[in-house]
Amino acid sequence: MNVAIRISLAALLAFGLVACKKKTVRDEVEPPVDTTPPVAQTTPAGDDWSDPSALDRIPCLRQRVVYFDFDQANVRSEAQEILSCHARYLSNRSMARVTLEGHADERGSREYNLGLGERRGNAARDALTVAGASSGQLTVVSYGEERPTCTMSDESCWQQNRRVEIVYTVR
Amino acid sequence: MTLRLLLPLIALLALAGAARADEPLRLTISGANEGAVPVAVVPFAHEGAGLPPSVDLAQVIAADFNRSGQIRSLPRGDVVEFPVRESDVRFATWRLLRQDYLVIGRVADAPGGGFRIEYEAFDVARQERILAGALNGREAELRGVAHQIADLVYEKIFGVRGAFFTRIAYVTARGVAPSIEYALMVADSDGHGPQLVVRSREPLMSPAWSPDGRRLAYVSFERGNSAIYIQELATGSREVVSASPGINGAPAFSPDGSRLALSLSRTGNPEIHVLDLASRQTTQLTRHWAIDTEPQWLPDGRSIVFTSDRAGKPQIYQVPATGGEPTRLTGQGDYNARVSVAYDGQRFAMVQGAGNVYRIAVLDRTRGGGGRYDLVSPGRMDESPSFAPNASMLIYAAREGGRGVLYSVSADGRVRQRLVLADGDVREPAWSPYRQR
Repeated sequence: MNVAIRISLAALLAFGLVACKKKTVRDEVEPPVDTTPPVAQTTPAGDDWSDPSALDRIPCLRQRVVYFDFDQANVRSEAQEILSCHARYLSNRSMARVTLEGHADERGSREYNLGLGERRGNAARDALTVAGASSGQLTVVSYGEERPTCTMSDESCWQQNRRVEIVYTVR
Repeated sequence: MTLRLLLPLIALLALAGAARADEPLRLTISGANEGAVPVAVVPFAHEGAGLPPSVDLAQVIAADFNRSGQIRSLPRGDVVEFPVRESDVRFATWRLLRQDYLVIGRVADAPGGGFRIEYEAFDVARQERILAGALNGREAELRGVAHQIADLVYEKIFGVRGAFFTRIAYVTARGVAPSIEYALMVADSDGHGPQLVVRSREPLMSPAWSPDGRRLAYVSFERGNSAIYIQELATGSREVVSASPGINGAPAFSPDGSRLALSLSRTGNPEIHVLDLASRQTTQLTRHWAIDTEPQWLPDGRSIVFTSDRAGKPQIYQVPATGGEPTRLTGQGDYNARVSVAYDGQRFAMVQGAGNVYRIAVLDRTRGGGGRYDLVSPGRMDESPSFAPNASMLIYAAREGGRGVLYSVSADGRVRQRLVLADGDVREPAWSPYRQR
């Protein structure tokens, strides 16, 4: 049997509909291209927090990465501000969906760091829901230390890697 | 420059690129071991009618011996006599050269094609033959034949099966985010013959061998989240065995191959589970808010050791494979994680962290009180130790100049060799079980 078919079958058998729901395959860190029809442009601009263009327009919404301390998952105050800003958008636009990608620096074992990345993603999720986003809008995926943005072994590099990326899968 | 001049240049550049990609893991000795047993391996004579093999069997055997740290092979330039069979051996010569053992051999044609390799080993002091036999192999199998001969000699000397005729699995990464290409590879234990198992643009992690050495379990993100696959090496066919919401990580086959220990976070945070591969039923072993991950089985299959930060920092704990209250195994060090268990169930290799320095430590539980820890690696960012099936050596990953490299090290830490790919980042080595002879 074709390998691809076998994998798909196994996945479907084992996990039913969950597999379909979870299947948001992405190849790059950039958020996917906006697929909303151009009709959206007729809505008024200005301070509209429910329009997808807000994501490109409002400064705090353009910030899509929050950073963490070493071996910690508590949300720092500057991260809290960014997350509150996104929570405001998410509460105004219920169709929007976000994947929170948790990352760790290289120190410590890889599988432990997978857990640490998830803790950070969960902390960001909790901060978003407390600030008004709905948990149904949010998915957490941990990449641990597997997707570094920087590969030198020093603190400035480690700091860039200890992060959660806010990725809009539906704007 | 004319096209006529350019074309060969382009061809040459393409060739150079290809050669680099195919280059095996390179070995560098970074220590000496005066306590090692001296053994002379004489170049094997070619007695066949056709072309001699391209593989220098004696050289492969000698390199195996040196890598173990337990045997020191006589440098080729110091081999002054070339006995081919027992009647040629003059023990006085090898005694003068202070060699404890002597290995000789010859290559003949095998009926039906390929080669027939006859080998003999001698105890120099006792002036007697301790080993004699023959193995057949085609050209591509000759390195394997040499590793098997090295294993047999090792076993005669130390009374423990050799582990040279084994393989390593490892993960490579090339490029920088967001376009990193990951590959899961398998090579011989000396780094030769690397073969691609699977390639992905999403992370690949945590390869784990089945006890029969025929399958690998690993973590792949190709579905957009971590999932655990089991892949048959001979056919390449594979299946997803775990894709729950959250983390699906750290697979480890039980010693009988029927179950897979893994770390799942579907309950909200990573917990150790056991998946029965026949029924696909999972049993949750741990229940704690901590990160519980990196399970490994003890050889009797009745207990599992794993990493948990339930006491604040990661430490190693032990829990019955049927569930129960975990007990802490590691009593020394701020940070202990990613344990590898030796076949005897008494030695545990792990990553030990202190400040920003992470090294490989081996805990020997047979030695005094809570056991004794020996650091066997000198790096700053060492990780992912994996015992050879006879626990004579370990393989682990280190970082040098911003990229990952692999080292093999003797269990006492005295002899290390670097195995490095020409480019890219190599990590997460896993030493295979013994191969069927």
